[in-house]
Amino acid sequence: MSLEMQQVFKKTEGLTDKITHYCPGCTHGIIHRMVAEVLEEMDVLEETIGVASVGCSVLSYEYFNCDMTQAPHGRAPAVATGIKRVLPDRMVFTYQGDGDLASIGMGEIIHAAARGENITVIFINNAIYGMTGGQMAPTTLVGQKTTTTPDGRMANKQGSPIRMSEMLATLDSVAYIERVSTHDIKHLRSTKKAIQRAFETQKRELGFSMVEVLSTCPTNWGYDPVESLEWVKENMVPVYPLGVFKQMQGVE
Amino acid sequence: MGKMLMKGNEVLGEAAIHAGCKYFFGYPITPQNELVAYMARRLPEVGGAFVQAESEVAAINMVYGAASAGVRVMTSSSSPGISLMQEGISYMAGSELPAVICNMVRGGPGLGSIQPAQSDYFQAVKGGGHGDYRLPVLAPATLQEMVNLMGEAFDIADQYRTPVMILGDGMLGQMMEPVEFIDRPKRDLPPKDWATTGTRGDGAPRTITSLFLDPAELEKHNERLDAKFKKIAENEVRYETFLTDDAEVICVAYGTMARIVRNVVNKGRANGLKIGLIRPISLWPFPTKPFEDTLQHAKAYLSVEMSTGQMVEDVRLAVNGKKPVYFHGRAGGMVPTQEAIMKTIEEILGGVLV
Ligand SMILES: Cc1ncc(C[n+]2csc(CCOP(=O)(O)OP(=O)(O)O)c2C)c(N)n1
Ligand code: SF4
Repeated sequence: MSLEMQQVFKKTEGLTDKITHYCPGCTHGIIHRMVAEVLEEMDVLEETIGVASVGCSVLSYEYFNCDMTQAPHGRAPAVATGIKRVLPDRMVFTYQGDGDLASIGMGEIIHAAARGENITVIFINNAIYGMTGGQMAPTTLVGQKTTTTPDGRMANKQGSPIRMSEMLATLDSVAYIERVSTHDIKHLRSTKKAIQRAFETQKRELGFSMVEVLSTCPTNWGYDPVESLEWVKENMVPVYPLGVFKQMQGVE
Repeated sequence: MGKMLMKGNEVLGEAAIHAGCKYFFGYPITPQNELVAYMARRLPEVGGAFVQAESEVAAINMVYGAASAGVRVMTSSSSPGISLMQEGISYMAGSELPAVICNMVRGGPGLGSIQPAQSDYFQAVKGGGHGDYRLPVLAPATLQEMVNLMGEAFDIADQYRTPVMILGDGMLGQMMEPVEFIDRPKRDLPPKDWATTGTRGDGAPRTITSLFLDPAELEKHNERLDAKFKKIAENEVRYETFLTDDAEVICVAYGTMARIVRNVVNKGRANGLKIGLIRPISLWPFPTKPFEDTLQHAKAYLSVEMSTGQMVEDVRLAVNGKKPVYFHGRAGGMVPTQEAIMKTIEEILGGVLV
């Protein structure tokens, strides 16, 4: 019997060797890995420009093994627009949290989508501001306690959660929008498929594509990693139903 | 092409295209709308792209993206819009991204008016956005100078990797003058090997960022930027003097105001008054040499501005207490008249103003 070892699993080329700063149990890391794998599998790493946003993923430019530009808080879709208009044959994506995309950057995301900008947006919805220490996000659930909703978010005082995927899917120029989740293996598989489809959509020049990924923030939610996954499934999925919200003809 | 009669705002657009700019991202605001429309029409013709952004915030960030992809890119706006762009300008200064930003100033603060003013001087030359940075600012006084300075602005931007502002006003944007688009000597510019264009297998991935979490690292970055700004201050000073050699009262004015003051100087000279004009063309770096050159014989300096007095502070710094510095200005979109300026000069000469 040969003692030669066979490699059955390895780190993706799409990520650098840098050790990430994400908290234990945070699903930012898993989502990074899936985005990187897709770019590697599509063999487009060398023609990809990623746009990092502001939030816990602000340092993602150190983790993705492709050219990266770091954008001001919320402005990633505008920065990506500038890049894509100059380099229409490159793969351009943004990686944005919910505070970034649905609060300060609400204008930029709606209009990039309305223009049908041929970019891919990876939208991380963890229902809270992670980096700044657990304040309310536009996606925070009704009743959810955060440092700025100490009694739990009340719809009549702090408003109700914004469903970005549903909202953006109403725009005619949007090519593909799907909401996925990271709470178990089955859903991770569909997350990767959705990311693949989103980048394929861009490659086929069909227009704006976005994947909303339900993600965890054990640190600011105050649950352990396993409880956090459970919390996504029990509390987030009912408010943020999974599925495809827009799929233009030609998207596969 | 020869000489053409054109409107100021359109001159800015054609001059930018002549300087190799193929990308423009902007948002309408009076009094610079003709420029946005001009770029929308012209850029597709030269194989470039125009996007009407949803706001000035988005526009400057599209500029940020295009600049990071390594091309010559421009935006323009007027005062309230430039306020919104300050976030992006600070980020571009921090990430060292070259671009040209035109501000055709109107009266403020707030919604102000749509009349020409020079009340954005502080915002342009003293920061405007957050953090330790400087913004090279060029102020043309004629439409032909707009053409010449546009090429310079793009060159300065590319040579030093920094955003550069062209500071005009509503009047310059709206007036018509004959202009000629002549090729100027090209600078030897460094390659844009830092641009994020997709590695295409030609090396390690590149990053554009202004984030330095370690304070020691940010300090190093700030010091490096500062050294760069000092180099700009050494090499990119521009000004013009007019009849200052024997002048007793030296007016200081830029842009539209300088055109008016020039007439005042001519009239005064015809009446035997020894007056002259220093016209800063680069507002940052502010020219100090013409002040040093004239301190011996000048009795006083007079800053004339379409504001309540902003550049006068830089004039005072340049004069450094060695001679009196006076101010004459109108605000809110009102323009100082030749008669009123002349009266102030006569008061200075007559010892009425102390
Ligand atoms: C203009 C501006 N305002 C506020 C901040 C502070 N800030 C940094 S991250 C953040 C929230 C990010 O939350 P989210 O996008 O949900 O990402 P997460 O940290 O949860 O991954 C805020 C408000 C900033 N950097 N810039
Ligand atoms: S604070 Fe929350 S979102 Fe940020 S890395 Fe930690 S767990 Fe993840």
